[in-house]
Amino acid sequence: MRLSIYAGPATTGKTSVIRHVLRKVKDAGGHPAFLKIDVQFAEEDVEIAREFDVPTRKVYSGELCPDHCSVMVLGDAIDWARKTGADTLFVETAGLCLRCSPYVNGGLGVVVLEATSGINLPLKVGPMLSLADVAVVTKIDRVSQAEREVFRARIQDVAPSVRIREVNALHGIGIDPLFDQTMAVAEVPFDASGRPQGLMLRGNPPVGTCTICVGKKEIGWQSHFGVVRSLENQVFYRGE
Amino acid sequence: MISSITILGGRGRTGEPEGVDRIELRMGDVVSVVGPTGSGKTTLINDLELFANANTPSRRRVLIDGEPAPAHFRDDPARNPIALITQHTTFLSDLPVRQFIETHLRIRGTQKARAAEVLARTMDFANQLTGEPIDPNNRMTELSGGQTRALLIADATLVCDTPIVLLDEVENAGINRTRALELLREHRKIFLFVTHDPRIALLSDYRIVMKGGAITQLVHTDEAERRCAGVVTRLDDALARLRDKIRRGERVLGTELEAWA
Repeated sequence: MRLSIYAGPATTGKTSVIRHVLRKVKDAGGHPAFLKIDVQFAEEDVEIAREFDVPTRKVYSGELCPDHCSVMVLGDAIDWARKTGADTLFVETAGLCLRCSPYVNGGLGVVVLEATSGINLPLKVGPMLSLADVAVVTKIDRVSQAEREVFRARIQDVAPSVRIREVNALHGIGIDPLFDQTMAVAEVPFDASGRPQGLMLRGNPPVGTCTICVGKKEIGWQSHFGVVRSLENQVFYRGE
Repeated sequence: MISSITILGGRGRTGEPEGVDRIELRMGDVVSVVGPTGSGKTTLINDLELFANANTPSRRRVLIDGEPAPAHFRDDPARNPIALITQHTTFLSDLPVRQFIETHLRIRGTQKARAAEVLARTMDFANQLTGEPIDPNNRMTELSGGQTRALLIADATLVCDTPIVLLDEVENAGINRTRALELLREHRKIFLFVTHDPRIALLSDYRIVMKGGAITQLVHTDEAERRCAGVVTRLDDALARLRDKIRRGERVLGTELEAWA
């Protein structure tokens, strides 16, 4: 099973990019499957199933952090994909808090960013970008070439080893190299019982449970314990 | 050093093959792309900028010196031989102009020692085209449409300094076109203008005519057209002077308009 995990802020065109790569996998004789992880609403699974006639699923994370949810369900999902006869699993995550990254070792990590999102975005998305293998820049037809090149430089400044792919996701222009990388990724190994083996998150998750996470809603650090911070005590988080 | 680009025809919007199946642009050529709005002019230069290889909706192919473009043309801006000035005249980044140009100089591979000098020349070039000068400390988002366009033309010519420059409707932003053409001609490159401006079209070596998403014919500028370029220039300059007078708040006298034209 070849695994590709897609992250990126909402509405950047993750699904459009996946759609083009998925079509190429299918055209090349491969068997793609698709999993969408979102918080409370998604219909990409229905659309992709209708358009390509491939196995698709979705899972709502609900009260869980969607990247936490992804860690929980990814093993099952790979198992499910394999049972459907698929050889390439595309996972589209919700990509919300910019502190996590859903990529695992042994799969392709793709972040989708839009060229129209402002020059500082690469500095703000943290490990979602810096731990990716590929940064796909969409909506390139909406900005000048000069600005697109400066956006690219900003990505490179933050994440020098990430491959940058500029694409027009509307027409699928520039998708070919991403398809090549999707196919070139090493297969996920399975253990004797048929479960995916040794998959690990690439990045360190954020600090775990806090009092707010468990439902304590009072405002002000004085009402909390564990992970607390006052206005005058700023800890600078540098990202991975 | 690149000496030619070849466009191999694809198909128009209805799927019919294009009327011209091969165009060769050579170093030093000044070419216009003309045709009604929606006829596919911008798509044509986007195909060039993307080094289309039968992978865009037009199915055109672009060859550089007879060969498909190597991947590093698109993967590394420092080696991209094309500079494109799009119709998008709004900047989304709120960097100061100076920082934007400095960043662009860095990724276009300009040596550090030359950067300050190129920055100064870029600002000077741009400010010869605008009404109100651009302050390098202005934020990009604060620039007017004309200032943005002027800065992009200067950036393409001096920062990118590529052998091929594509310009999409440069006439639309209220910049000084006469000066722009003069400044551009100081550089030996392939210039491709998407234009509705008869002056730019008649000063080109030939024009690519488009309709329904397809290239229908090439029209080479002939002697008679070259002769009327002088009249067109006079008419155009007369209109430009008229425009300037109105901008300055002055009154227009019918007699002087006749004298200019």
